[in-house]
Amino acid sequence: MSFYTFMGSVEQGLVYAVMVLGVYLTFRVLDFPDLTVDGTLPLGAAVTGSLMLQGWDPFTSLGMAMLAGALAGCVTGFLATKLRIMSLLASIITMTALYSINIRIMGRPNLALLNQTTIFDALAVPAIPRFLLTPLIFLAVAGGCKLVLDLFLHTHLGLALRGTGDNPQMIRSQGVSTDNMILIGVSLSNALVALAGGLVAQSQGFADVGMGIGTIVAGLASVILGESLVGKESVLRQTLSAIVGSLVYRFAIVVALSYQVGFLRLTPSDLNLITAVLVVVCLTIPMLRKRMRWKRA
Amino acid sequence: MLQITNLRKVFNEGSINEMVAIRSINCLVEKGDFITVIGSNGAGKSTLLNLVAGTFTPNEGDIFISGERVTHWPEHRRAAYIGRVFQNPLSGTCATMTIEENFALAGNRGKKPGLRWGVTRRDHKAFQEKIRLLGLGLEYRLKDRVGLLSGGQRQSLTLLMATLQRPRILLLDEHTAALDPPTAAQVLKLTQELIQEMGLTSIMVTHNMRHALELGNRLVMMHGGKIILDVAGEEKRRLTVQDLLNEFAKLKGDAVADDKMLLI
Ligand SMILES: Nc1ncnc2c1ncn2[C@@H]1O[C@H](COP(=O)(O)OP(=O)(O)OP(=O)(O)O)[C@@H](O)[C@H]1O
Ligand SMILES: [Mg+2]
Repeated sequence: MSFYTFMGSVEQGLVYAVMVLGVYLTFRVLDFPDLTVDGTLPLGAAVTGSLMLQGWDPFTSLGMAMLAGALAGCVTGFLATKLRIMSLLASIITMTALYSINIRIMGRPNLALLNQTTIFDALAVPAIPRFLLTPLIFLAVAGGCKLVLDLFLHTHLGLALRGTGDNPQMIRSQGVSTDNMILIGVSLSNALVALAGGLVAQSQGFADVGMGIGTIVAGLASVILGESLVGKESVLRQTLSAIVGSLVYRFAIVVALSYQVGFLRLTPSDLNLITAVLVVVCLTIPMLRKRMRWKRA
Repeated sequence: MLQITNLRKVFNEGSINEMVAIRSINCLVEKGDFITVIGSNGAGKSTLLNLVAGTFTPNEGDIFISGERVTHWPEHRRAAYIGRVFQNPLSGTCATMTIEENFALAGNRGKKPGLRWGVTRRDHKAFQEKIRLLGLGLEYRLKDRVGLLSGGQRQSLTLLMATLQRPRILLLDEHTAALDPPTAAQVLKLTQELIQEMGLTSIMVTHNMRHALELGNRLVMMHGGKIILDVAGEEKRRLTVQDLLNEFAKLKGDAVADDKMLLI
């Protein structure tokens, strides 16, 4: 692997870490499997891209992307809590609707952001080459999101949110509406995912309605990988594991794509297949380990 | 304090699984009452507590707390008035959160959770003092996850949490049933002390007739979704286990012999 491909995977790992933090929030903290993210990632890209093309500055565009993501999360939360639609189904419904909405926002299935001033241009420092600047900015964003999330999850609201995923009956008996917690949590999660989408669009110079496919699976794979490497004993560790998991996952993908399996050469379109296999492996390793221990005992 | 009028709860109404859990209950709980509730399996005891707490809404009838009609209040809104300990020792706490975080949740019961810091240094000290009273050594483990603790330890914590903010009504549903006898005795003693010291209005469901007789100032016996015996004060003090057994015999004839009730 060349240095540039390595830096590329670091860059990808860091920007998608923001998305993984969002997935961690729903999947682990709230225990609410949320597939909306497959639609919110391109939503973030679409909103950022469209606004930039209309002359908005790149930072405000990202803020609006987060707002749009939060709104999408709100819809899923509303379907699941107020209309009592099963969480998985509720998120699939929103995701499906977002496909059309994203095309509406962009006016077509994809946008090119050539010659637009991105946050990377705005933050450019002459001394730092671009291939270092981008990952550094992504590191700052992912680290910042982790920090804010760490703090948030230790406030009263954060405690109630964590309790909602752990023991909803107990949380209700402590006077907290679990419905409201789900609404807040899913919105926050999708705001993060949309932010990731906006950042990806700015760094790659385009937004595409199909760029969200497989987001949830990649997110899950990263969360699970991270947990098995970093552990999940505390909130601080869990958020760190999301970032580490994202890095390891993107790295594994690059490695996998650079190998030739027999006569078959893997291409980027095989990514989703690799991810799916990876998730199955990650999910079954704890079970296999337990069985091994059984046999030895 | 708590008034229940013409309460009726039917599960799966209109289907073949229809189950009338609460037939018709009228009950006035005075301030400071400590009621023990007994009754055979399926008598409707847990359902009654769930109706009071708002976990279920009744099909008919009303519930008033301090004169306020709370019949249709959602559970989380009613929680401002109610402290609860469940039968399952795992139900009352969040396993993945630390002892102090669980206490912070309980300390905030009934208030909107905001963006204030969850456990301040002052909270930590205050929780430590409370937990020290348990004498279980848990005051040094406030940063441990609750999932690491035993059922008895968790149930003791749940009890403290339920009374951390003075509740208008304390609901206990067989809260010692899942514990081994020495631990159960300890938790029961703590229950009695807390209720006495704070003068709490409490309802405690139990299958142990001795406990039902020894604790509290009022005893209620339920059967088939109805209250069939309600004695208080001097009359309750004179009641014996034999009296209760006779009541049960009247209801069921010989079936009493294999009833779980016979935990004396
Ligand atoms: N959620 C529910 N759905 C359907 N039926 C229920 C439900 N909860 C309770 N029931 C039924 O209502 C009746 C009363 O149940 P309840 O749990 O109140 O009894 P209990 O007096 O607490 O009994 P136990 O001593 O076994 O705890 C039972 O026949 C039970 O099967
Ligand atoms: Mg019961």
